[in-house]
Parts: sequence; structure tokens; C-alpha cells
Amino acid sequence: MTERLGLTPSQTVGPYWSIGMTWPDGADVVPEGTPGAFWLSGVVRDGAGEPLADGLVETWQADPDGRFDHPDDPRGPRPPSVPGFRGFARVATGPDGTWRIRTVKPGPLPAPGGGTQAPHLDLSVFARGLLDRVVTRVYFADEEAANAADPVLAAVPADRRHTLLATPGGGGYTFTVALQGSDETVFFAV
Amino acid sequence: MDGLPHYPLPEGVHPPLAFPGYRSTALRAPRRPLVALPHGLTELTGPLLGADRVGPDDHDLTVQHGGEALGQRIIVSGRVLDEGGRPVRDTLVEVWQANAAGRYRHEADTWPAPLDPNFSGLGRTVTDAEGRYRFTTVKPGAYPWRNHHNAWRPAHIHFSLFGRAFPQRLVTQMYFPDDPLFAQDPVLGSVPAGARDRLVSRFDLDATQPEWALCFTWDIVLRGRDATPFGDDDD
Ligand SMILES: [Fe+2]
Repeated sequence: MTERLGLTPSQTVGPYWSIGMTWPDGADVVPEGTPGAFWLSGVVRDGAGEPLADGLVETWQADPDGRFDHPDDPRGPRPPSVPGFRGFARVATGPDGTWRIRTVKPGPLPAPGGGTQAPHLDLSVFARGLLDRVVTRVYFADEEAANAADPVLAAVPADRRHTLLATPGGGGYTFTVALQGSDETVFFAV
Repeated sequence: MDGLPHYPLPEGVHPPLAFPGYRSTALRAPRRPLVALPHGLTELTGPLLGADRVGPDDHDLTVQHGGEALGQRIIVSGRVLDEGGRPVRDTLVEVWQANAAGRYRHEADTWPAPLDPNFSGLGRTVTDAEGRYRFTTVKPGAYPWRNHHNAWRPAHIHFSLFGRAFPQRLVTQMYFPDDPLFAQDPVLGSVPAGARDRLVSRFDLDATQPEWALCFTWDIVLRGRDATPFGDDDD
């Protein structure tokens, strides 16, 4: 193995990130009008229970077939099964800490080391006061059987697993991120 | 799905999430230990964002309005590499910054420094086949931020990069050499001492354009794949 270059450290996005990272189409994992699309919405709260009013949420996910249009997927890249599927979203949290993205449910994925990962999205939160992003996963509460077999959920203490579940309702799903507190969301070292 | 590559996280590089000198971390940094996430397909992939997100003047922050932006004109350029030294090509680089007076064009920035009608402080570009990027802009001013008594952020430019896999995502700040404000800044100071210099650009006389603009060079290193066991790291 050759010598490694020094990784560039992270810094906070600060209070003014919206100048550089706002996209008009940021919420669209899939385009408006996509059959089966729903809003995945949520709220982010700080340790005082106050809404995170100046944060950025980004998500990344497989398509409904559990595929990525990406050369590093060892199964090979495959164009998405949903036209216009981007897999990625970035949205601001509003004054009330809420955010939402237009998406479709990802398919299950083969897990590293064997087994199957339940449908999930990787979700990052960036904000003033966060020196690095924090990363969590969004699973779906109505995928009980798949969730029960998911190796990542299995590695999370049972009494904290619910913090990773989006709950169905209103034609979509909702997901709460608590940065701190008795019900602090599980965050992952990626 | 055995033997997938992964992107190991080196120690002693990123700031701790909780850093008392930076007050806003107190209620925002998670308190519980992070849970290890073995890299699966969601982590080995990522959005491949590039030229389709970039407009023709996005790399030159001095010409995006009717007149030229005020301030010291500078060129900021460098390469985006991974830890293995491979260029990260065709990848989106987004920047934002204060104007030459240290004021952001943002509703939450209200300190009494002037806005420049010819400067919005937003830039985007895509790296070339060697991982090079280049922006023309003005040197941002320092600004006060009330974190502690007489707190001033050293001049900096915010950078956002994606690379090609989820663990490579990086948002950071580039600083200018020999800034006397470094010593009192807890944001830069939150970075472990051995890695702090990596955020400071270098004045580059050779790349400076005579009668036009000073040049600052800054290379950005994203997470690299471990060299084992796939051996297909040549791309
Ligand atoms: Fe800043």
C-alpha cells in the first residue's frame, strides 16, 4: 500500500450555507407526477427540543428495485426503474424545523457479509453548530419483516431502534431527528 | 456481497462534534456515541453530480452581475484527490463566501458592513480529468460572530464536495495563509492540530496572473478506498 494523502478535515456549514447549497429542485428524488411518489417529511430538533431552523438535510437511496445507477455498485450500474429518479435530495429545514422530499420507497439491498438490508435511505444533517455532518438511516415502520432481518438495525440497541423508523400517515411518511435528548436519534460513523 | 471495498475513516482528522469553544455545538452535537455502519451498497455509491448543475459564469464570482465585484481579485485553484492520490474527476464543487467587506448576502447576516450589489458569493464548478478546479473571486473579509467576546472569523471560503461515494461527502472551509485571527477561532481550532494546516491555502506566485489576480492554491483530499481486496482502484 502506498502512502496516503492527508484527508481534508470537515468544518461546519455555518449559518449561511443556503447561499451555496440551495437547489430549486432539491426536494425531488423523483420528479413531480411520478406514479407512487410520496412526501417523506420530518422535523429536526436540538437538545432543548427547539426546531433546527437553519439546517440542511440530504438523502441518498436506491431505486425501487434496489439498484443504483453507479459504476461502483458491484452488480453493475443500471438506469433507474423510475424515469427521472435521482436518488438524492437536499432541502433546508424551515423555521419550524421541518423538511420534506418527494420520493419513492427504495428496494431492499444485499448486505455486506450476507443477508438483506431492509429498504432505507441514508440521511445527513448539516447545520451551524455541527462541525461535521451527522448521518442516520431512515427505515420504514411498515416493513416489519424486512426490518427484523436487517443487520444494521440488529446492531443498534433494541430500545433505540425506533429512532430510525419513519412512520406512515397522510399518504407519506414522517421521520423525526432528535440531535440530543432522552430519545436521541441513532447516528452512525460512516 | 462479501469483500466489498470500504472507505476507512482515519483518526485525528475531523473535529469532534462537541467542542465547547464553539458555543452552538452545546445543544446540537449528539451526545451518544456514534454506531459503526459497515459500508454497504448505499455507502459505496453516491450522487454523481457534475456539469449539469453548473452554469457558464458560476466559476467566476466577480462577473455574475452587471459590474465587477469589489475587492482584491483572486484565483483559487487546486486539485481534488482521494487519500490514495487519485484525482476525483468530473465532480461538483460548490463554494460560498462573504464579500470583501466580510458581509454575506443572507438575511441572517445583519452586521454593519456593506453589501456589494455585484457580488452574491456563490460559485460552482466541476473538476477536470486531473481533478482540477478553479474559481475567480474576491478575497473575503473577516467578520464578527458573537461566539465569545470580540470573536472574528478569519477570512474563509466554504466548500462543498460529493466525490463519488457517500463517505466522500465533505463540507469544509478554506482559509488564507498567516491570518492573525486563527489563534482565536474555535471553528478552525476544533480541528486536531496535526490536520489544521490542511485547511490553509498557499499563496502561489507562479500561478498568480500578472496585472490581474493573486492566486491561492488549495488541494482537497476526500476519503479513499482501502487498497484491498478488490484491486480495481485504478479508476
Ligand atoms: Fe462563513
